[in-house]
Amino acid sequence: MTLPEYNFAYLDEQTKRMIRRAILKGIAIPGYQVPFASREMPMPYGWGTGGVQVTAAILGPDDVLKVIDQGADDTTNAVSIRAFFAKTANVATTTKTADATVIQTRHRIPEAPLSAGQVIVYQVPIPEPLRFLEPRETETRVMHGLEEYGLIHVKLYEDIAQHGHIATTYAYPVKVEDRYVMDPSPIPKFDNPKMNGSPALQLFGAGREKRIYALPPFTNVVSLDFEDHPFEVQKFKQPCALCNATGVYLDEVVTDDRGGRMYVCSDTDHCETRREEGHHGPGLPISGAQTVKEDAA
Amino acid sequence: MTSPILSVSNLERRYGDFIGCTDISFDVWPGEVVAIVGESGSGKTTLLNCISGRLDRSSGSIRYNMRDGRFPDLADLSEAERRFLMRTDWGFVHQNPADGLRMRVSAGANVGERLMAIGDRHYGEIRNTATEWLGRVEIAGDRIDDKPVAFSGGMRQRLQIARNLVTRPRLIFMDEPTGGLDVSVQARVLDLLRGLVSDLGLAVVIVTHDLAVARLLSQRMIVMKTGRIVETGLTDRVLDDPHHPYTQLLVASILES
Amino acid sequence: MSVSSNETGNALLSVRQVAKSFTMHLRDGVILPVVNDVNFELFAGECVVLGGPSGVGKSSILRMVYGNYAIDGGEILIRRNPTSEPRDLGAGDPRLVLDLRRDCIGYVSQFLRAVPRVSALDIVAEPLVSRGVDRTVAAEKAADLLRRLHLPEALFDLPPATFSGGEKQRVNIARGFITDHPILLLDEPTASLDAANREVVISMIREKLDAGTAILGIFHDQPVRDAVATRTIDVSAFSARRAA
Repeated sequence: MTLPEYNFAYLDEQTKRMIRRAILKGIAIPGYQVPFASREMPMPYGWGTGGVQVTAAILGPDDVLKVIDQGADDTTNAVSIRAFFAKTANVATTTKTADATVIQTRHRIPEAPLSAGQVIVYQVPIPEPLRFLEPRETETRVMHGLEEYGLIHVKLYEDIAQHGHIATTYAYPVKVEDRYVMDPSPIPKFDNPKMNGSPALQLFGAGREKRIYALPPFTNVVSLDFEDHPFEVQKFKQPCALCNATGVYLDEVVTDDRGGRMYVCSDTDHCETRREEGHHGPGLPISGAQTVKEDAA
Repeated sequence: MTSPILSVSNLERRYGDFIGCTDISFDVWPGEVVAIVGESGSGKTTLLNCISGRLDRSSGSIRYNMRDGRFPDLADLSEAERRFLMRTDWGFVHQNPADGLRMRVSAGANVGERLMAIGDRHYGEIRNTATEWLGRVEIAGDRIDDKPVAFSGGMRQRLQIARNLVTRPRLIFMDEPTGGLDVSVQARVLDLLRGLVSDLGLAVVIVTHDLAVARLLSQRMIVMKTGRIVETGLTDRVLDDPHHPYTQLLVASILES
Repeated sequence: MSVSSNETGNALLSVRQVAKSFTMHLRDGVILPVVNDVNFELFAGECVVLGGPSGVGKSSILRMVYGNYAIDGGEILIRRNPTSEPRDLGAGDPRLVLDLRRDCIGYVSQFLRAVPRVSALDIVAEPLVSRGVDRTVAAEKAADLLRRLHLPEALFDLPPATFSGGEKQRVNIARGFITDHPILLLDEPTASLDAANREVVISMIREKLDAGTAILGIFHDQPVRDAVATRTIDVSAFSARRAA
C-alpha cells in the first residue's frame, strides 16, 4: 500500500535535488564534508536522519534496499527504515547483501564484499574527526583546508599513552586519497580496510550536523597510525558460534544469567547465508538462533 | 647573521578612530631579546598581536626572515605558510597558560603536538622528545601523562614554554609570561626562560609591564605610551638613564626592595 | 679624525669632548649638568685612575664608557687592539654597545646585581660562556678565580642574593676579571674587602696590566690606588657643576 499524500521516497523533489547536488560535490572531493540543508525527518536525530535523507535522494523505483543496524537486518531501527521506504517509495527490500542496490547502514559494513554498482549509505552522528580536540568549527574547517592534521595524531598519541596501544576501536580516523582526514562513522575499525578501494559508491549522511561526504568507487582510504604502533584490526580467538566463520566481526552474546556467553557474527545475513550453505559452528543451539540475534541487537 | 629576523616599519593599527598603535618601526635581530614595556592601554599587546600575525594591521610592513632566505612581508605569505610558520619557526607564550595549552590532553601530547603537526609519526621518538623537553622545563618525567588541569600555575607556564620550543623555533613572542604567577614562581620561570633563550639563541619579543622582568631578560627595550614608541635603547641604558618623561616616571615608580 | 698615540700605539679608549647632563622631567625639567668637555685617552697596559671628590662625576664617566649612560655630545672611541679601527660607542647604537661589551670592555660595578636562582659560579662563568667558551672550561676558570679571592667553596653553587657585601663584591670582581677584555672598568672594586683580599685584587690588576689590558678605575682606597695607578685624571677639571 502506498501513501499518496507523500512524494516518492518522502522528500519533495527540490529537497532531493539539493541533497543530490551535495552528494555530487562530495563525490567530486572525496572525504570533504559538504554542508547541506538537512530536513526534519519523521524520526529523532540519532536514528539515521542523515542516512535516510541520502537514501531518499538516490533511491529510484527499481532499486532494492537493504538496511542494517550493527550488522543486523532485523533490529528496530533497520526494520523501521526499511518499512519507511517500502511505504513511501514502494521499493523492493532485501536482507541479502548481494541482492541489494542500496544498503543503508548504521555502524557496520557487510562481510560480503560489495560490488560495482552498489551504493552503501552510512548514518553518521559526528562527521568531524577533529571535533573532540578542537571545538571551533571555524578552526576545523581551516585545518581541513590547509591539511593541518597534526591534531588527529594527538588523539592517537593519547590512546597509546593511556592504554599502551591505539585503543580507538570504532570511528577510527582515515585519510582519503592522501588529502582529507575523515570520520568513517562509528563502524568498528575492523571494517576500515573494507572502505579502501571498494568498487561500491560510499555515501555518508549526518542529519543533525548537516553534512554529507562520499568515497567514490576505488578510493584510496588509509587508517592513520604511528610507525611504531601500526594500524591493526580486531582479531577474534574463536570462530562464529553459529556458522563457524573466521575473519569476521563477532558480537558477544550473553546466553544466560550464569555467565554463559557466545560469539556470533554481527552480520546476520552473512551468518544465515553460511548456515544455509551448510556451515555449523560449535555453539549452534538447536532452536535458539532467533532469540540470540535479537539479543545481539 | 647580518640582517634582522623581524623588521617592523611604520606599523599602525586602528580601531575605528581609536589608535591601537602607530608609527612603530623597529628590528629584531637573531638571538636578541627585545622587551616592549608600558602600562595597560599603551598598545604593547596590540603591537605584539600585530607582529605575530594574530591581529590584522591597518598599515605598515612586517617582514620576516624565513629559513629559506626569503624576507617577505607577512601579508604576502599564504595563510598556510603563515600558520606553518606559527607552529614551527615561531612560538607564542601567553600570559594565561590555558590560552596556549590543550588542557584536556596530557602534558606529553601538548609537547608532542607540534612534532606531529610537522609530520613526526613515531610514537616512541615523539615521547622521548617530549620527556626531554619536560626535563628542560623542570617537570618530572612521571607527569608526562597527566593533564595540565592537574598542574600548578607555574608548571602550566613551564609546560607552555616547552610546547613552544620543541620545534626549535627562531622567534618567540611572549605576552606577560610571568604576569599571572606568584612572585616565588615567577623567579623560577624567568630563570628558566633566561637560560633557554641564551642556550637556544632565540630571538624574543616580550611584552611586560614589569621593568625587573625586562632588565633580567632583555638586551633592548621599547617603551610605549598611548600607542607610540617614546623611547628605545639598550635595556640598562633606558632603565639607568631614562630620557623621556614617561620612562622617567616608570623607572621612578619601581618599588625598591 | 686625528688619533693620538704613544709608544704602545693608538689608544684603546679615546674620550673626546664628551658632555653629560640629566634632564629631570619629573622635577619640571630641571637640568642637572654632570660633566663637560671630557677628554682623555687610555692605552694598553696602563691603569688610569679617575680622581676627584665625591659627586664630581667619576662613576658617571665609567658608566658612559660602558654605554650604560647616554652622552649628550662627543665621542667615545673604542679599539679592540692598538691597530684596529676605532668604533664610536658614544653614538649609542645598542647592538654596537653589546658587541663592544662582549669583546672589548669589561666592567666591575660597585654592586652586584644578583639574578634569582643563578649560582655564584654561573654568574662568574657567564661572560665566558656568552663568548662561546665551553661551559665546563668556563666553570673551572670561574672556580679558580673565586678560590683565589677566598670565597668559601660551599658558596659556589648558591645564588649570591644572600651573600654578605664582601662576598658579593668578590663574585663581581671574579666576573669582571674572568675574560681577557682589552679594556677593564673598575668602580671601587675593593671598597668592601678585607686586607688580604685587597692584596689579591691588587695582584690581579697587576697581572692584567702586564698582559696589556687597559684599566680605567675609581679607587677611594689610597693604598690600592698607590699600588696600581700609572696615571691619575682629576675629574674636577671636567665637572660641569662649577659652571652651573
